Amino acid sequence: MSDKKPKDEITGVETTGHSWDGITELNNPLPRWWVLTFYACIAWAVVYWIAMPAWPTISGHTRGLLGMSDRRQVDQEVAKLVSSRAPQFAQLQATPIEMVSKNKELFQFAQESGRVAFAQNCSTCHGAGGQGAKGYPSLVDDVWLWDGSIQGIRSTLQTGIRTDHPDARFSQMPSFGRDKLLEPQQIADVTQYVLTLSRQPADASAAARGAQVYATNCVACHGAEGKGDLLQGAPNLTDKEWLYGSSAQEITTQINLGRGGVMPTMSQRLDPATLDALAVYVHSLGGGT
Amino acid sequence: MLFKNHGIIERNSMILLVGILLVVSIGGIVQIAPLFRIEQTIEKVDGVRPYTPLELAGRGVYIREGCYTCHSQMIRPLRDEIERYGHYSLAAESMYDHPFQWGSKRTGPDLARVGGRYSDAWHVQHLINPRSVVPESIMPPYAFLEGREIGIKDVVDKHIVAQTRVGVPYTQADIDNAKTDLMAQADPNADSEGLQSRYGGKVTVRDFDGDPSKVTEMDALVAYLQVLGTMVDFKTYEPMKAENLR
Repeated sequence: MSDKKPKDEITGVETTGHSWDGITELNNPLPRWWVLTFYACIAWAVVYWIAMPAWPTISGHTRGLLGMSDRRQVDQEVAKLVSSRAPQFAQLQATPIEMVSKNKELFQFAQESGRVAFAQNCSTCHGAGGQGAKGYPSLVDDVWLWDGSIQGIRSTLQTGIRTDHPDARFSQMPSFGRDKLLEPQQIADVTQYVLTLSRQPADASAAARGAQVYATNCVACHGAEGKGDLLQGAPNLTDKEWLYGSSAQEITTQINLGRGGVMPTMSQRLDPATLDALAVYVHSLGGGT
Repeated sequence: MLFKNHGIIERNSMILLVGILLVVSIGGIVQIAPLFRIEQTIEKVDGVRPYTPLELAGRGVYIREGCYTCHSQMIRPLRDEIERYGHYSLAAESMYDHPFQWGSKRTGPDLARVGGRYSDAWHVQHLINPRSVVPESIMPPYAFLEGREIGIKDVVDKHIVAQTRVGVPYTQADIDNAKTDLMAQADPNADSEGLQSRYGGKVTVRDFDGDPSKVTEMDALVAYLQVLGTMVDFKTYEPMKAENLR
């Protein structure tokens, strides 16, 4: 094999020297810059394997000569972020939560951090503005199922409602219909009676029978006048605010099933200062006493 | 020299064959050999356990419905992701995932730590009609899951056995009791002692879909979603320890 490659006469391009049935193959190599880039990438990969943590070994994994670590880097970045908030967060935690609104600057900070945390963690259920939805309490009115004071809200955030947190707020309305605690007729009657509590039009004779059912089954939590009980999380039945709806059909469904929502324990997810800020923010939306 | 004389290799098939074997085995060693020691890269953590039969069934639904095409389960070690989703994902958290569900596309949010973030009722409502709770969502509705009972035979006889073949440490007792465990986890009135002795006391036993009359795919999927990212005990995990750095 000679070192001199034959050239194609027409194009002047070097041929590979291969010839099939008199047809020869032109040798048009890849551009030099492309080939060099390709080799440089391979060389870079080798350097990277050595410099960075890469391979599992018999007893661990290669650490890399540079001692770089994504996890250490991100830890430092997060630490930087945390320290940038630290002074206000420390002040927030040191201030009794009901006093935060007295300090204008701190209140503003709490409002802003609370608003951001609310958008990320609460708005999916309670709505972007805290307006609530069917099954998810509205936070913008002054009607509260549980304690609506700022400490009460803070405590709800801490433990959640009907969660497995040991101090969680807990109430359970019986499923009167599904568990056959009441006859369908009794449920229909008591539905009419509950309608009268919130001064909605109802069948008077059914409501009179329903009053008896109410007195034996519902009074313990909702009270004789239907005003509810904040300590037990029993809703007030005489106002216009309803969690699942105020129609006769919705009331019947609720008596049948005894539904109750679950609010997650936010303390597993958020730090105490953020919870303080959230409580301040939510209380400002429509906190009660 | 080699470049000039490649004709020798090309004209002698035995030399070419040896050359091919040489190149392929180098590629093979570089790619495959490290995988035999892959367990060395998994952090030692407390709390990660194989999925319960109900969660496994839910995971099956998750894969069948292609949830992974829009949802990742991998929080990267980046500040903004940690701020939004929580602690970055650990290799240990998907060590019993076959196949893993890290995903590569986030049309919806990451789900690696969605467990405990919402109530069961929220998940059910969201799966039935995503727009009823997230107005801007483009997720398709999965209301039919509510009416479909779990293919218990598939999970109990096949899926769980297949998982043991790829290295998930289900014991014979786990397999024998799979059906009981599956039913017990979705029924708060059932005796769940066996389930909790096999999978740990942290296993949640609830009627996940709000319909106690039957165990549906909705129960399974919600049970699976509610356990995601909740297994590792981060109180005992030290992220800055040398062996946990990457």
